[in-house]
Amino acid sequence: MGDQVYWDDVKEGTELPDLVKQPTTQQLVKYAGASGDYYQIHYDINYAKANGLPGIIIHGALKNAFLGQLMTDFIGLEGSLKKLSVQYRAMDEPGTPVYAKGTIKKKYTKDDENFLECDIWLEDHQGNKTTPGYAVVTLPNKT
Amino acid sequence: MTTPTSFLTEEMRQQAIGQKSEPKTIDVEKGAIIKFAEAIEDDNPVFNDEQAARDSRYGGLIAPPTFLRSVGVDRPAYPYDMPFNRLLDGGSDWEYFHPVRAGDRITAVSEIADINERNGRMGLMIITTIVVTYRNQFDQVAATQTSTSIRY
Repeated sequence: MGDQVYWDDVKEGTELPDLVKQPTTQQLVKYAGASGDYYQIHYDINYAKANGLPGIIIHGALKNAFLGQLMTDFIGLEGSLKKLSVQYRAMDEPGTPVYAKGTIKKKYTKDDENFLECDIWLEDHQGNKTTPGYAVVTLPNKT
Repeated sequence: MTTPTSFLTEEMRQQAIGQKSEPKTIDVEKGAIIKFAEAIEDDNPVFNDEQAARDSRYGGLIAPPTFLRSVGVDRPAYPYDMPFNRLLDGGSDWEYFHPVRAGDRITAVSEIADINERNGRMGLMIITTIVVTYRNQFDQVAATQTSTSIRY
């Protein structure tokens, strides 16, 4: 996490700082344990293949967590996450990096709060947007 | 295997909409938050470092945005047998109202908000929209999660 970002610092079209994640099979096992999602397609390659998958796939919920981190890293400790929306359009496999990215789509003030609406997504290492989404956050004023 | 081209009737849709799960309650333990943050490899101090979290405006550890999945709420039961076993998670829309803190007691209930069918490339699919409401010990809605599941 960097320095606190303020409402005054951003405008529509501003890109969010990228977040690079390196999911491994070990991380999927840790995530299974921490979240309680023990579906075997996320750690048992034979089971995954028997279900018609190319191999072990990353939990959709873990990709959701990466996009959550994209937003909480961006807004810092003084911002608030109001909405986080993700769609799992394509599967991602562990072993290659994934990139969480976003841009600010809309900036407005309502009820004395400073809102940003952001388009966000996860890209695989080949640049495919596997997981598009959307987030709404609030940021503090500088003064 | 032949797949049916239609399964749901309007009456069946109305029978399913509004079906709720049993409530599921958990105590949010500090260690569970830290373990979850470690698993997603998120080093944000308010999820990992109690001292830093105490010095923040939150005054203590809070849970990462998707931690609430670990509550493990049940799915609502369908009032009839479903024709497909294969299940895909289509995505989630989260809305946040109050931070989830270490020490909170969270109660989650899931409810079928909508159910529809669609014929796609893979044949008939049944798409269910489920809303999970997470309340804290003060009966405040901490968050809602609207998720889409696809049976095919």
